[in-house]
Amino acid sequence: MADILLSSNFQWVFVSAVMLGMAAGMMGTMSNLRKQGLMSDAISHAALPGVMIAFLMTGEKDLMFLIIGAGLSGLIAACLIQGIHQSTRIKEDAAMGIVLSVFFGGGIMLLTIANQVGQGKQSGLDGFIFGQAASMIRSDAMIMGVLAIIVMLVIVFRFKEWKVVLFDPNHAKMMGIPVKFYESFYTFLLVVTIVIGIQAVGVILMAALLIIPSVSARYWTHSLLIMFVLSAVFGGISGGLGTLISAFGEGLPTGPFIVVSSSVIFLVSLFLGSKNGLWIQRMKLSKYKSLKSSHDVKED
Amino acid sequence: MSYTGWILLTASLVGISCGIIGVLLILRRMAMMADAISHTVLLGIVIAFMISESLQGTGMLIGAMLAGLLTTWIVQWFQSKGLQSDAAIGVVFTTLFSIGVILIATSVGNVHLDVNHALMGEISFVPWNLIDVPLVGEVPLAVVLLVTVTALVLMVILLFYKEWKITTFDPALAASFGIPVLVMHYLFMSMVSITTVAAFDAVGAIMVVAMLITPAASANLWTDRLWLMFVLSASFGMGSSILGYVIAIWLNTSISGSMAFATGLIFLFSYVFAPRYGRIAVLKKKRETI
Amino acid sequence: MNVLDVRRLSTAYQNKVVLDSLSFSVRKGTLTGIIGPNGAGKSTMLKTLLGLQPKLQGEVEFFGKKLETEKKRIGYVPQRGAVDWDFPTNVLDVVMMGLYGQIGWLRIPGKQHRQKAMEALDKVAMTDYATRQISQLSGGQQQRVFLARALVQQADLYFMDEPFAGVDAKTEQTIMSVLHELKEQGHTVLVVHHDLQTVPRYFDQVLLMNKKLIAHGPTEKVFTTDYLSKTYGGAIQWLEGGFNGRHPVKQ
Repeated sequence: MADILLSSNFQWVFVSAVMLGMAAGMMGTMSNLRKQGLMSDAISHAALPGVMIAFLMTGEKDLMFLIIGAGLSGLIAACLIQGIHQSTRIKEDAAMGIVLSVFFGGGIMLLTIANQVGQGKQSGLDGFIFGQAASMIRSDAMIMGVLAIIVMLVIVFRFKEWKVVLFDPNHAKMMGIPVKFYESFYTFLLVVTIVIGIQAVGVILMAALLIIPSVSARYWTHSLLIMFVLSAVFGGISGGLGTLISAFGEGLPTGPFIVVSSSVIFLVSLFLGSKNGLWIQRMKLSKYKSLKSSHDVKED
Repeated sequence: MSYTGWILLTASLVGISCGIIGVLLILRRMAMMADAISHTVLLGIVIAFMISESLQGTGMLIGAMLAGLLTTWIVQWFQSKGLQSDAAIGVVFTTLFSIGVILIATSVGNVHLDVNHALMGEISFVPWNLIDVPLVGEVPLAVVLLVTVTALVLMVILLFYKEWKITTFDPALAASFGIPVLVMHYLFMSMVSITTVAAFDAVGAIMVVAMLITPAASANLWTDRLWLMFVLSASFGMGSSILGYVIAIWLNTSISGSMAFATGLIFLFSYVFAPRYGRIAVLKKKRETI
Repeated sequence: MNVLDVRRLSTAYQNKVVLDSLSFSVRKGTLTGIIGPNGAGKSTMLKTLLGLQPKLQGEVEFFGKKLETEKKRIGYVPQRGAVDWDFPTNVLDVVMMGLYGQIGWLRIPGKQHRQKAMEALDKVAMTDYATRQISQLSGGQQQRVFLARALVQQADLYFMDEPFAGVDAKTEQTIMSVLHELKEQGHTVLVVHHDLQTVPRYFDQVLLMNKKLIAHGPTEKVFTTDYLSKTYGGAIQWLEGGFNGRHPVKQ
């Protein structure tokens, strides 16, 4: 068992998973503030056909190509959801459901075809569904890690702009910030974060890595900056822990362990969070109640 | 009945039951809740399997229903504590689903279930799993399950038709009348869960979402009458099941994947050509008003 | 006689108190405007009174009794924007929904219900639109449909949440004459209202609130500069004899 942990391949995978978790945590903070948590779920499911088309076209399991394919189909899906929602009476949640499930269905069709024509090269494609971090090779891990770091840098270096665009797009416009550009760029970053994660976490659960850490961070702070930091930390811990656990067992899927790790962090935050946690909420309200009732006694 | 006959019947029943329940789903803006339940139902099935050690109908239905109710309840509770609804849904379903997958993948649960089967469904196995029904003879278990669930769903919707209508259109008014809005919410989510699990065998967890949402959304573009929307949605569901099967045979690929894909084709057609709210109709109307 | 008694009503959203210990009573046959700035908790108060939102503390009595037994005597008109007007149904059907509470479980609306709904539509001048799909109505027409739906309930006490928001002049007049008619017939109406200019003309009672109750009583006594600046934080622009613009501006 120690052998696995000491192997340089695993160390690469581990570090990359932590980076991925951190990038997803930061990106998730943005998408949660925009109330688009489930959008990431739709995009990640919709990435599957892109992966399969890229594989069928190149005949290779080259991660770079697969990521590009996934990214393109994720972007198309995001645009379709917007388009359906804006040009018809269909509400956004239904539009997401349609795109998510139809794209995923298409992906499964292609996966089945790939399994017939792949001559063995396709083995491991199934891993894209639940994630298979342990089976990643070093170069794949490096691609994932480097892209995750780039996403983080882009967020950090333009933090002020993101903050204004997220909170008050109108104000941002008046300040001369190209809001439209930032909004498209946001979608682009979201798709990038999702597709680099799907090999490790899987298309079905990738959304959790975006949603859960940032929701947890919300219970500890009111400051956006600290929220980004905390969310990144929570995401990093979940990514690392999940990868570690799944490495112990033969062929254990990584995604579910990452998710459960982050859910534990979430539960702790929900109850004990210092700013918004249930415990604090209860304390404050009972203080208010006792204040009011003592007040009444005085009045009477 | 022939092998293909059973498969087409199963597929049609999936389309009809999902199409009916889907109308209320999208009108209540619960589409993503259906996505969530279709995932968490897996946990229910795993636990039912761990307890009863079989994958027979009733146990699975109860397990699925409990999982669906649990999901609904936790999401509701999180929301009441101030979590945004999509965040609440996202947290709950990914977590419960992960627990289900972990139970299957590790020896903890000792469950010999095929995750891929649960996710993708395997309609081609349906005709092999027969049970004896009095008066009718040998019928695939999935068909019996689907007929029962479809009948149940239809009955519940018809019996409380006006209550469904008002709790969907204006829940605040319904509540001010004393109609138990929350109870009906849970009842509805249980129906979504049992429909999901009945369709499971055939189309799997994720493609069931396509069946639930897409035909109903397509129907929404065709009409402004609620009852007609039910009829159209059920027909679209049935149509895409059959169309999907044909595509799958033609391309020699996954049947459930093709069915999901076929719902997309019907939606695309509706998006362009639907006489009331399709693209062409809308553009025409715009031009006339100018 | 009091139709509504509220004592020390408080409501919280998470850990934020949004209604702070409100106490007031409403007499039968009055027409009350509920006035306050955005975020003052006006809609929240209606919902809390009707049990649609949990309260933190306090008691509410309708006609001297608990809400549960009196639901049939209370009518509620939510904000127009609270429902999805793309919902597949027509005008008559929406109005008949006002009767669902009386029709009861497992029964289908019948001819007499249709009759009642048509009468209510007549009162708001919407009979011509009875079979129109609701997605094709203008804002004012939607509001009149909502009003008709409240009328069929024949309630003794009505709560209306911003019925005048964004409606045309004709609708405004129709709603006003219906409200006055209700008052004449001895019904009691509470209306959440935004437009300060029209308050003295529309309401005989005014309730000013901003999380707390500021003042409640006859319009001529309560609708004064003093109380209003208390309600709006003392920063309203005044012109001689009236307001600068229809909506008070917080500065």
